[in-house]
Amino acid sequence: MFKIIDKSIISADEMVLNMGPQHPSTHGVLRLKIITDGEIVSKVEPIIGYLHRCFEKHCESLSYEQIVPFTDRCDYLASMHMSHSYSMAVEKLLDLELPERVEYIRVIVAELQRIASHLIAVGVFGLDVGAITPFTWTLRDRERILDLFEMLCGARLLYNYVWPGGVSHDLPPKFIEETHKFLDYFLPQIDEYNQILSTNKIFIERSADVGVLPLEVGINYGVTGPTLRGSGSTFDLRKDEPYSVYNKFDFDVPVGEGLMGTVGDCWDRYYVKVLEMKESAKIIRQALDSIPKGDVHEVLPKKIRPPKGEVYSRYESARGDVGFYIRSAGKNMPDRLKMRSPAYCNLSVLNEISAGWMMSDVIAVLGSLDIVLGEIDR
Amino acid sequence: MSIKIIDILDKKFKDSINFSENQNSLFIDDPSKWDKISKFLHQNKDLKFDYLMCLSGYDLTDNKLGVAYNLYSTSLKHYLEVRIEVESEIEIPSVANLWRTANWHEREAYDLLGIKFTDHPELKRILLPEDWEGHPLKKDYETPDFYNGMPVPKDKSYWE
Repeated sequence: MFKIIDKSIISADEMVLNMGPQHPSTHGVLRLKIITDGEIVSKVEPIIGYLHRCFEKHCESLSYEQIVPFTDRCDYLASMHMSHSYSMAVEKLLDLELPERVEYIRVIVAELQRIASHLIAVGVFGLDVGAITPFTWTLRDRERILDLFEMLCGARLLYNYVWPGGVSHDLPPKFIEETHKFLDYFLPQIDEYNQILSTNKIFIERSADVGVLPLEVGINYGVTGPTLRGSGSTFDLRKDEPYSVYNKFDFDVPVGEGLMGTVGDCWDRYYVKVLEMKESAKIIRQALDSIPKGDVHEVLPKKIRPPKGEVYSRYESARGDVGFYIRSAGKNMPDRLKMRSPAYCNLSVLNEISAGWMMSDVIAVLGSLDIVLGEIDR
Repeated sequence: MSIKIIDILDKKFKDSINFSENQNSLFIDDPSKWDKISKFLHQNKDLKFDYLMCLSGYDLTDNKLGVAYNLYSTSLKHYLEVRIEVESEIEIPSVANLWRTANWHEREAYDLLGIKFTDHPELKRILLPEDWEGHPLKKDYETPDFYNGMPVPKDKSYWE
């Protein structure tokens, strides 16, 4: 870390610099109020709310079925995860047991979505620190996943696919073969990303040892997902509190090991995502091979009217621990719905890990946190 | 919630806590006790609630507000929900210096529901603009007609 030993020699005042709300490396409409001492950052204050669409207020006047498309638009890079986590909360409220085929389909699409979301995260992080080519490569491969989703439900980005009690369509014919074909193509690509980006000297110089997040600080700030696992934690809800059918599959949880520098630096947070894509591919293969037959609309409720009560449900999305806290008053609309957004908590740690670094490192740290403003502002 | 957690808490804070019927959540009647209980939850070595997952405010109407804290222990893998329901004028002690994730969550609860937290480092609006009036998630909230002289769109006639 850079330290100025005697300030009186240099005698420079602190300067307030606004980055955003329109800035290419803020990943959306985020404003950073940065207090700098020359090139060195002494405080970063994220100012959010520019994309606030009153999601929680809307939910109070919508029926449970109508909320699903709204959840899709929260985290628009991982829509499947959002609607899946919301559906799980409603099913917990209704005490609904799902057919096995539905759970398998949900796991397959969720893991495909995780790969798609991590591809964006990996590519954009490269873009943030100056590598343009890998971004075009990851977008090219993500396109194939979007093609699969288009085949599945007709939509490429916002799917409205996972519904409380089931999924909207069964798998189309040839979907299983096409997904296998995609995975055969995709796994060698990961080695190419490693060659062009992960082991690139300039990239390592920019990201290794930068913005180290100690594990206890991360947990205290509520940081979850790949961001926390980059700091060496094995906390993953798919393993720790298995939901859906995740306990039937064999997969590992990659953690940051400090291969290029310190445990918990930007490079570790980046590399955990690369490794997670491999693990997701492993899960998809197992699920495709063992998917049972059944009707996906078997237990789909005609009208959702849960009994009075409240529920808190958790889900491991591409960005971390998504929670839905729903209070039901026994009507067909929730009395209160609160979404615990993982990126909201991950962003709050920004000041802690970027203070003391150079201006350009703030961009690298922000890129490695992998935030989506739609989900932060809701 | 496991029986072990109930036992530990019952022994220590018998007079100030209640459990809900299905024993899923813990109610605290007197918010001034929350300061002490939260420290105990965070530091006791059999509980170790080091991760505050979610902090949600809610409106119970009749001038009552509530806050639900969902806690989890990353080392012991257990879970607890704490709820405080108070009259809307009463302030709740902040837990932002125990779990720093509470900082932004409490600001959000203040912003959208008007719940006030004592000793919060910086209690100001977070999602809405600073000069917004009222707290939208309250059940008796009415959308203002104008914001800084601009009409607030309420129905289709504003944009069609």
